[in-house]
Amino acid sequence: MSGVDAHGGSGVHPDGVEVLGEADIARALTRIAHEIVERNKGGSDLVVMGIPTRGVALAQRLAHRLASVDRSVDPQRVLGTLDVTMYRDDLHRQPPRTIGRTRVPEVGLDGKVVVLVDDVLFSGRTIRAALDALQDLGRPKAVQLAALVDRGHRELPIRPDYVGKNLPTSLSEKVRVHVREHDGHDGVTIVGQDQ
Amino acid sequence: MRHLLSTKDLSHEEAVLLLDTTAAMAATQGREIKKLPTLRGRTVVNLFFEDSTRTRISFETAAKRLSADVINFSAKGSSVSKGESLKDTALTLKAMGADAVVVRHHASGAPHFLAQPGLLDVPVINAGDGTHQHPTQALLDAFTLRRHLANTSANPGQVPGVDAGVGHDLAGRKIAIVGDVLHSRVARANVALLATLGAHVTLVAPPTLVPVGVHTWPCSVSYDFTSTLTQWQPDAVMMLRVQRERMSAAGGGFFPSPAEYSRQYGLDAARLQMLADHAIVLHPGPMNRGLEISAQAADSPRSVIVEQVANGVAARMAVLYLLLASEQTPATV
Repeated sequence: MSGVDAHGGSGVHPDGVEVLGEADIARALTRIAHEIVERNKGGSDLVVMGIPTRGVALAQRLAHRLASVDRSVDPQRVLGTLDVTMYRDDLHRQPPRTIGRTRVPEVGLDGKVVVLVDDVLFSGRTIRAALDALQDLGRPKAVQLAALVDRGHRELPIRPDYVGKNLPTSLSEKVRVHVREHDGHDGVTIVGQDQ
Repeated sequence: MRHLLSTKDLSHEEAVLLLDTTAAMAATQGREIKKLPTLRGRTVVNLFFEDSTRTRISFETAAKRLSADVINFSAKGSSVSKGESLKDTALTLKAMGADAVVVRHHASGAPHFLAQPGLLDVPVINAGDGTHQHPTQALLDAFTLRRHLANTSANPGQVPGVDAGVGHDLAGRKIAIVGDVLHSRVARANVALLATLGAHVTLVAPPTLVPVGVHTWPCSVSYDFTSTLTQWQPDAVMMLRVQRERMSAAGGGFFPSPAEYSRQYGLDAARLQMLADHAIVLHPGPMNRGLEISAQAADSPRSVIVEQVANGVAARMAVLYLLLASEQTPATV
């Protein structure tokens, strides 16, 4: 396989070229946590909502990092999940998707700064659906977006506030995010270019 | 899954998926804004050849909560009463661009007729046909059972969360279905679905109200309600409605008198006492208080009858979502 380092990658993985390893993901989340606290001048009004499936695991880690940056943050109280399946605009093009869970944190969403967390930002349609879903749950003061990987190819005017890594890709490639909670290990790989 | 015609067609996997989707839908119904944009632009036709306000309203609510447009078609006062055939009605619906048809018909098999290839080519959902099937009722019953029986140490009267039992079936649970099994599509749909989900079912009815061929069903039969309760100790008792018109000799003479039926097969205070601590009472409604179920049983903390109605909307939302959310292109195109 060629072009291993085209994306600053660190090696060849059985299912593609690994572009972020466990330590890279940990560092990216720590940096994002600091950026969030800095930009919002503390963490008192924050709510972290993970988008299933892998966004939930990332949101959980991010909430714990926020707590270590700002002691006023209680990771369990600010953490929620936001399932967007029923708000998608491409349902009729795909086989029925299993509906996930939405859990709004105890503190609610009204007047809070909601940080949406997803693993890969691509067309922007998931985030559009997430914004619609949030609207039905409450009225946040602001909504911000954190993505572990931004691979480009936006189809909607949506832009992330916090990015773990910008990963310019071609449409023929696939970005796979693995997290310990679901896949047994951490890592981001890129597949499809030469296969 | 293209249509929902009978619970017999459902595999174990599909049945659990339907119940899990029902749980997800039920979770959205606790919110301030209950409406979801999922089926925006789709049209669901409620085709009711038989009066059933409750089922129709439940389907209508489910479709509207998913943002679908709903057309209610009642046979009364329409050209059906002037002799229009079911086939012509189907072709009219097809021409109007219906995306799904919910059908209630007095003839067993009418939904199967509409679902045959080349006629409507959209999902057909059986909302009760003759004495054959009522699959969405069975789904809402199974969902209610799973929710309450997932944790049997909970107090009766305490409503468990919608997530209770998600991902699980009803393996090993014991359910008694009591009453007019002969005329009951609810009983037939429930026996098939509960057996698929791994539950043990005992039908309890007077011999005159047990259908011929019941030995081929995946269930047991008892003629003695009291001994079933004391010896078998069911986890749930599902009472069936007795149609008043079937009580008299003119209506078929299935039992001597309402009082005698009530004494033998009614769920009264004494029988309520015989139930295990965690056991619950279901009824598809509308109830004949004082006949198959006493007011005391209907209003007891064990009764989940009102909750069944709410779960009915969620179950129908799940069915509409799974059948309609993805493109249902006809095989011929």
